[in-house]
Amino acid sequence: MIDWPHYASEEGFVAGLAGPLGWYYLGVAALNLGAMWYALRRRRSRLEAVVWALMGMAFAGLGGLAMSGHPLVLPEWLKDACDRALGPVTFTLGAMAGLVIFYLGRRVLVQPLVSWTALNVSLLLMGASMTDPDFARTVSRPDNVPIVGMVYLLAFFTWLGTAQAVRNDERLRRGQGPVEAGFTDKVLVWPDVVYIELIGAIVATVVLVVWSLLIPAPLEEPANPAVTPNPSKAPWYFLGLQEMLLYFDPAVAGVVLPALIILGLMAIPYLDPNPRGSGYYTVDQRRFGWAVFLFGFLGLWILLILIGTFMRGPNWSFFGPYEPRDPHKIAAATNIKLCEYFWAVWLGRGVPRVPPESGGLQKLGIILWREIAGLTLTCAYFVVLPAVLARTALRRMRQAMGRARYWLMILLLLMMLMLPLKMILNWTAHLSYIVSIPEYSFNL
Amino acid sequence: MSLGKKLRNSQLWRSIFRHPAPLDRRNRVAVMLTNFVLHLHSVSAKKNSLRFSYTWGMGLITLYLFLVEVITGVLLMFYYRPTIECAYNDILALRDVVSFGVVREVHRWAAHAMVITVMLHMFRVFLTGSYKAPREFNWVIGVLLLVLTFLLSFTGYLLPMDQLSMWAITVGSNMARATPLVGHEGPGHQLLTLGGVDMITSRSDARLMLLGARTVGQEALNRFYVLHCVALPLVATFLVGLHLWRVRKDGGISGPVAVGDGRQTGAVGGEAS
Ligand code: HEM
Repeated sequence: MIDWPHYASEEGFVAGLAGPLGWYYLGVAALNLGAMWYALRRRRSRLEAVVWALMGMAFAGLGGLAMSGHPLVLPEWLKDACDRALGPVTFTLGAMAGLVIFYLGRRVLVQPLVSWTALNVSLLLMGASMTDPDFARTVSRPDNVPIVGMVYLLAFFTWLGTAQAVRNDERLRRGQGPVEAGFTDKVLVWPDVVYIELIGAIVATVVLVVWSLLIPAPLEEPANPAVTPNPSKAPWYFLGLQEMLLYFDPAVAGVVLPALIILGLMAIPYLDPNPRGSGYYTVDQRRFGWAVFLFGFLGLWILLILIGTFMRGPNWSFFGPYEPRDPHKIAAATNIKLCEYFWAVWLGRGVPRVPPESGGLQKLGIILWREIAGLTLTCAYFVVLPAVLARTALRRMRQAMGRARYWLMILLLLMMLMLPLKMILNWTAHLSYIVSIPEYSFNL
Repeated sequence: MSLGKKLRNSQLWRSIFRHPAPLDRRNRVAVMLTNFVLHLHSVSAKKNSLRFSYTWGMGLITLYLFLVEVITGVLLMFYYRPTIECAYNDILALRDVVSFGVVREVHRWAAHAMVITVMLHMFRVFLTGSYKAPREFNWVIGVLLLVLTFLLSFTGYLLPMDQLSMWAITVGSNMARATPLVGHEGPGHQLLTLGGVDMITSRSDARLMLLGARTVGQEALNRFYVLHCVALPLVATFLVGLHLWRVRKDGGISGPVAVGDGRQTGAVGGEAS
């Protein structure tokens, strides 16, 4: 089992890291040698081979340095700058900008020279960051290790899928069929498929057993209802929902949105009217669907999981990657409802109150009057906007889909977009709820 | 006659496998048709469905991880008793006393891995547009499997009964308090009254149904244990079976479909080389 170095002193920590880090860099060097071999033998590219060889040598050098007790460390000013620059706002907007750049620049970015270099840079940063005790502690928590793996897997498969899509799109533009069309021959399942399955099972078993030998399953103190850990985190795959609690009422974040996510996912095949792009990788032939899914899956779902796992600490405060998890850090939370903005700030009058003795209809009337701004806005967003879009920007889509499917699609889409919108409104204007009816525990 | 050949022609061999060894074409077809486990497959498959870069192998690995979970889960059940007094100590003993003590590790890490691979599988199916006709409904079954995978993982998280599990489940189940109408802090719960008495209170709401009590304790442990070890695996097994059956009935793993005049997709299928 890995004995993680003690964090007591920073020097002691770095010294204890020498061995593991050295092997890590040597592993990355070996990876680059593999890439060099692949570039020479399969891709027949001298340029790539030379670049990977140089990078491999650089990593081997870093490995030697680390083993001799002088690992590459990030300068303090860089770590401080990183911590200061990163917050929920920059992290989220940065990730979304990254997605847009990836979409626009995909033809360049999937080229091996670019993507493999990006991988090398990320592995280098990872190695250098591991010398920071706070970073290392967060990343090496047993339950967080798989998430680090997931990040790399997602990056790899996003690359793999997009690279094939880019290649197919070029072929399709030239009037050729997608690459997949060249593999329609049939083979017998015995032995071809059965052996692939066997090999897959063996590889998976080896990975699992090695992983299990290296990292023990966590077991903390016995359950104690009297002692609440700070922070209390849900299992990692639900951290996106926990993160949404910051921006939505629990009923919306914990029940309504999850239900809509599940229903929305199930509805995808029935809401996508595009017959093209069935059974092969492509972006150009289904730009809208591709963009929506990647935005929702990578840009919201995965991103929120990563924030919840790696960036949230005590009091659910946001911490930079190299920031000590100070239990006293509390983000000042000022939350203002839209009705308060509307009546008090913009109109300069008091927010209408519901007299306690008022009953039934009168009460409802006052509530609706108080929330008039939020209700109007909600109505505009969910009713007027889709109707306008159906006649303008999305006209062709509306015609292709028919009324019911169009409305279902657009409502689900707007629900999804509500999340980033509310995040931004919350950060910039401290807006908490658009419509808030505490009398019936209803908040939107 | 070599020993292997003798063995494969023996009465015992034939009685078990029902046909000679799959060394020629005829018997390679026969083995797929007559073997109970293998007959989940079709007899032949398009080359495209064997390419790692097409399927990423993620559905297959998810399936395999599910089997690993079933096997290691049964082993864990030999040692684990779902009571407040025993649960934590049984897990401790699993680490300190039981020999070959990595079963818990394998079970936990395979569970994490399964959540990851099932999401990657969904990602792949989306990117290849494999949810399009005629596979729409198999995608729906897939989404149910995704939810089941989350629920299996979530219910298992409580069983060690340490601080991590108890508070993770507390955070997770607290959301049920806010269920519309039937959570005692949910929107509109005030509307459900009977003769002026609230029907939905902390003693009668959705959260209580989940936990069996107002806090995470013995009742919750019992419910989660039964869900985790019996109810959810049964449902998942059924749905996986349905899912795989549909993969076959929908024409095997997807491949390029030409649209209309074939102009948009180029000469799909016409390029077989
Ligand atoms: C326990 C979870 C699951 C298991 C064990 C499983 C297993 C499989 C397997 C073995 C295949 C054959 C192709 C491949 O390996 O990629 C497959 C195909 C498929 N799966 Fe899943 N799956 C699961 C969850 C899902 C989810 C979450 C979705 C989508 C939301 C999904 C949708 C599909 C579809 C549409 C196909 C047909 C793909 C094609 O023909 O290319 N499955 N599944």
